[in-house]
Amino acid sequence: MNNEAVVSSTEPAGALGAQRLRHELKERLIKALLALSALVSVLITLGIVAVLLVEGLSFFTEVSPWEFLTGSRWAPLLEPRSYGVLPLVCGTLLVTLGASLIAIPFGVGTAIYLSEYASRRSRTLIKPVLEILAGIPTVVYGYFALTTVTPALQQLLPATQVFNAASAAIVMGIMILPLVASLCDDAFRAVPQSLRQGAFALGATPMEVATRVVLPAALSGVLASFVLAVSRAIGETMVVAMAAGSTPKLTLNPLESIQTMTGYIVQVSLGDTPAGTTEFRTIFAVGTLLFASTLALNLLAHRILRRFREVYE
Amino acid sequence: MTGINQPAGRHLRARRRRDLFFRGLCLATMGAALLLLLVLLGSLARQGLSGVDWDFLTSFPSRRAAAAGVKSALAGTFWVMVLTALCSIPLGVAAAVYLEEYAAKSRLNAIIEVNIANLAGVPSIVYGMLGLALFVRGIGLGRSVLAGALTLTMLVLPVIIIASREAIRAVPGSLRQASYALGATRWQTVRDHVLPAALPGMLTSVILALSRAIGETAPLIMVGALSYVAFVPNSLKSEFVVMPIQIFNWASRPQEAFHALAASAILVLLALLLSMNAFAVYLRHRAERKPTW
Repeated sequence: MNNEAVVSSTEPAGALGAQRLRHELKERLIKALLALSALVSVLITLGIVAVLLVEGLSFFTEVSPWEFLTGSRWAPLLEPRSYGVLPLVCGTLLVTLGASLIAIPFGVGTAIYLSEYASRRSRTLIKPVLEILAGIPTVVYGYFALTTVTPALQQLLPATQVFNAASAAIVMGIMILPLVASLCDDAFRAVPQSLRQGAFALGATPMEVATRVVLPAALSGVLASFVLAVSRAIGETMVVAMAAGSTPKLTLNPLESIQTMTGYIVQVSLGDTPAGTTEFRTIFAVGTLLFASTLALNLLAHRILRRFREVYE
Repeated sequence: MTGINQPAGRHLRARRRRDLFFRGLCLATMGAALLLLLVLLGSLARQGLSGVDWDFLTSFPSRRAAAAGVKSALAGTFWVMVLTALCSIPLGVAAAVYLEEYAAKSRLNAIIEVNIANLAGVPSIVYGMLGLALFVRGIGLGRSVLAGALTLTMLVLPVIIIASREAIRAVPGSLRQASYALGATRWQTVRDHVLPAALPGMLTSVILALSRAIGETAPLIMVGALSYVAFVPNSLKSEFVVMPIQIFNWASRPQEAFHALAASAILVLLALLLSMNAFAVYLRHRAERKPTW
C-alpha cells in the first residue's frame, strides 16, 4: 500500500517540490532505520550460530564428533579425559521425562477443567494464579527443589541422594505445567461452541464432549504444547543446576545425582577453567547440541500447529 | 420415552457417574497445581520472612550470615534492568513497527518473522554463551554491567517484538486510513496515531518481558556476574551481581543460615516482580477502559 505523499503526475515546481523531496528522503531514511532494527534479530541468530560453529568446530578438531556423540563417559575436566556426551544427554532426558510426566497430565487436566467445567468466576480467579506460577523465576523453583522437595523425598524414599534427578523433575514439572495448561486452554477455547452444543444436544455428558469432541478438534494445539513443554524442559538450567547434581552418569535411577547438559555448562562457567582451552570449548559443543535439539523441537511444534490445524468454518 | 430406570436410563446413570468422576479428576489436577504453589510460598515465607528487614535491604553480602544483605544485588538488578530496557525497547518497537507497517510480504521478511519466533524459544543459557563470546570477550567489555544488559537485551528482544506487533496490529485500520486520507506520510501516521494508540498494550507487554528478564540467572552467570560483590555498580564497566545470582549463591551453600538468607532474598525479588506485574495489569486496565479512538 503506497501511501507516501508523493504526487506522481503533476510535479509542482519550486518550494513545494523541494519540501516534498525532503519528506520523501526523510521517509526513506526512517524506513531504512526501522528495517535495520528488524535485521538485528537476524543478526542475533547469525551470532548464535557463528559462535557455536566457530568454537564447536575448533573443539571437534581435537575430539572426534563420533566420540562425542557416542561415548559414554563424560570427564572433560578430570584425568583421564573422556568426551562422550551420552551421560549428559541421559541426565537431561531423565529429568525431562519426569517433568513431562507431571506437567502434561496435570496441565491438560487443568485446561479441560478451565475450559469445559469452570464457571466464568472461577476462570477469572484461576487464570491469574497460573500466570503467577508461570512468572516465578526459575531460581526460586531451584531453591524449592533443594530445600523442600529433596528432604521430603528423602523421608519417603531413604535411598534418595542429596542431589537427585527426581526433585528437579518434580519441580520442573510444576514449573512447566502453566505453559501446558495455558496453551491447551487456548486450543480448547478455539473450538467453536457450535461443536460442543451439537454434542450436548445429542445427550452427551461434559466428559464425553471434552474427550470425544473438543480434544480431538484441538489436538494439534495440544500436541504442540507437549512438544514445547519438552523443549522448555530440555533448556531449563537453574532447577537442575541447584538440585540435580553435577555427576554425569548413565543411569535410569531418578534418586541418584546426575548432570544435565545445561547443568554442565553452568558448572564450567562458575569454575576457573581458562578460556580458549579444549576443556572450556566443551561448553560450546554441548551448547550446540542443546541449541539444535530445542530448535528442532520448536520447529516440530510449529509444523504440528500448521499441518494438523482444524479449519472450522 | 426412556426413563432413568430403563436400560438406556441405567446407561445414562453410568455415564453421568463417569462424568462426575472425570470432573473431579480434572479439578484435582488443577487443585494440585494450586496447592503446590501455596506450599512453595508457604515454605518461602516460613524460612525467609523473618529475615526481611531494613538491614537486610541495605547491607552488602558478607561471610557472616547475620550481617549479610542484598544491597549490591538490588543495585545490580536495577542497573541491569534499566540498561536492558533502554536498549531493548527502542530496538524492539522499531523492529515491530517495520514488520507491521512497512514490510512488504517478501521472502526476507518472512524469514525474519520465522526467525523471531524461533529466537523466542531458544534456551536462555544459549544467549549467555552468545553474550560471553560476543560482548565479554569479542568486544572486550569484560564482566561488566553493560555486557550483562546487552546479553539480556538479546534475550528479551524477540518477546518485545512479538508483543509490540500484537499491540500495533490491534490498532484499527480505519485510524490509519483516516490519517492517510488527510495526506499524512507513513511515518507521520505511525508516529502520531498508531504508536500512541498501541502504547498502553505495548507498555504492558514490555513490562512483563522485563520482569521475566529480572528473574534470569543462567545468561548472567555465563557473562560473569560475580557471586561476591560488596559494592554498588558505579559505571557501565562495573562488575555486578543481580538478585537471582545472589539467591543461587546463598542457596548453594550448605549452611542453613544462608538458606534462610536465600529465602529472604527470594521474597524481596518476588515482591519486586509482583509490583511490576501489578503495574502492568493496572496499565492494561486503564488502556481497556478509555479507548483513544
